Amino acid sequence: MVKFLPLKKAVAENLNNGDSVAFEGFTHLIPTAAAHEAIRQGFRDLTLIRMTPDLIYDQMIGMGMAKKIIFSYIGNPGVGLLRRARDSIENGFPRSIEIEEHSHAGMANAYEAGAAGLPCAVFRGYRGAGLANVNPNIKSVTCPFTGEVLAAVPSIRPDVTFIHAQKADRKGNVLVEGIIGIQKEAVLAARRAVVTVEEVVDNFDDLHPNLTVLPRWTIAAISVVPGGSHPSYAHGYYARDNAAYLEWDEIAADRGKFQAWMQANVIGKSAGDFAARVEHLRKAA
Amino acid sequence: MSERGFTPNEMMTIAASRALKNDDVCFVGIGAPSAACNVARLTHAPDITLIYESGTIGTAPDVLPLSIGDGELSETAVTTVAVPEMFRYWLQGGRISIGFLGAAQLDKFGNINTTVIGDYFHPKTRLPGGGGAPEIATSSKEIYITMAQTRRGMVEKIDFFTSFGHGEGGDHRKRLGIETAGPTLLITDLAIWKPDPVTKEFTVVSLHPGVTRQQVQETCGWVVRFAEALDETPAPSDLELNTLRDLQARTKAAHEGTGKAKAA
Repeated sequence: MVKFLPLKKAVAENLNNGDSVAFEGFTHLIPTAAAHEAIRQGFRDLTLIRMTPDLIYDQMIGMGMAKKIIFSYIGNPGVGLLRRARDSIENGFPRSIEIEEHSHAGMANAYEAGAAGLPCAVFRGYRGAGLANVNPNIKSVTCPFTGEVLAAVPSIRPDVTFIHAQKADRKGNVLVEGIIGIQKEAVLAARRAVVTVEEVVDNFDDLHPNLTVLPRWTIAAISVVPGGSHPSYAHGYYARDNAAYLEWDEIAADRGKFQAWMQANVIGKSAGDFAARVEHLRKAA
Repeated sequence: MSERGFTPNEMMTIAASRALKNDDVCFVGIGAPSAACNVARLTHAPDITLIYESGTIGTAPDVLPLSIGDGELSETAVTTVAVPEMFRYWLQGGRISIGFLGAAQLDKFGNINTTVIGDYFHPKTRLPGGGGAPEIATSSKEIYITMAQTRRGMVEKIDFFTSFGHGEGGDHRKRLGIETAGPTLLITDLAIWKPDPVTKEFTVVSLHPGVTRQQVQETCGWVVRFAEALDETPAPSDLELNTLRDLQARTKAAHEGTGKAKAA
């Protein structure tokens, strides 16, 4: 049953060295505070799963925490490349990393199959695409009814998934709205799920019944971390900090600058610092 | 800025926007495609349906998004759906008329590389990768491509097939069981290109104002074919140019964090 825990405890209880872990969020509701807590606790040999690895995986890879990444787009959208991830892939710094690359369709279908308890996902994909030649986990199956050859990929079943969401009620049910991305599938595909939320409300009685809700028994732990997805955003709470995404490009370009930034903004901070980071963005949301 | 009053990049974006129709359902990539699609929406195609892969359907952003998931895309959309639904029902389901893509490397058959420069396992440069593009390229009814011409970008042989265009040309798509049309239009900062009906090689059909054949060839890594009847692309109108510039000014201010705060 779900527990309300301080983030430090929620991460310590649910993440282990060597785990496969998804910190999901498709541009929206990225669980930055949870990722930073994982960095502070210094986990090693993680398999990092995410459609759009983005800044938090650039940070974890740069800190040497990942042995493998499974992904479909390893960029800083609209800005450019993820420079710590590149340094790892191109130069083996700070350690070399195994990569398993898919398309968005491949990853989305694989999460959905994981949530559905299926061993693999079947879809019309990768036709003529080079990924099928370099990723042995992209195979094909023939439709038994039509004879059409379709792509098949193994389902994604993380040991643990972290997401950020807008609200939990007092019982621990969680509500997600706006760009809902892959959050629901990533939670239901995982063995354990940890959710950081902007706030806890008494109940969801006055909300529309079709909003995306993860029932409390699908979640291991909830931590209240206002601003916990900065520099990503929380629809209805605060806007995306696009300037921070632009700045990251410069910080991550230099190994020394990156380390200094991590010490000042992650290692030396706590989950409580996130609320202040989004104060000026709340006005714009 | 040239003495003509517009830049090659502005000409490219505006020429691309003109190719879009009011009833198109367009899967939009970030960058020049996003600018072109929104200029079309703000000028001649007000009812165009713009879809970003984050799940926003029928979005109408006031500023160009930095990412495919900026909040404004969801706030102004007709509806927002989960990512698996986006790729399963809407893209694979065959409901997208135009997939609009950019490229790091492109060959003359419209094959696109945004994955690596050099060998995949020992890359010289690791690029972001395909994201939604591998399936956008095969499931959208048609593909439009836009990119600025350089010899590094437009190459005889791409290093990696991120998205399949016409493969080796001819009926290569059909032979792989792909039923959609693939790349039907390439718009660069110098010219408009269309595939030859038989060989599928991109052929220049229109030069932008003031551009010479020689300039097109010098900035392209393969031997360029020109159509017999070569058009000149009409210069941007004041409306088109002002719409694009206003959009970009709003975008720049917003992304630097100095944009107008929306009414609280």
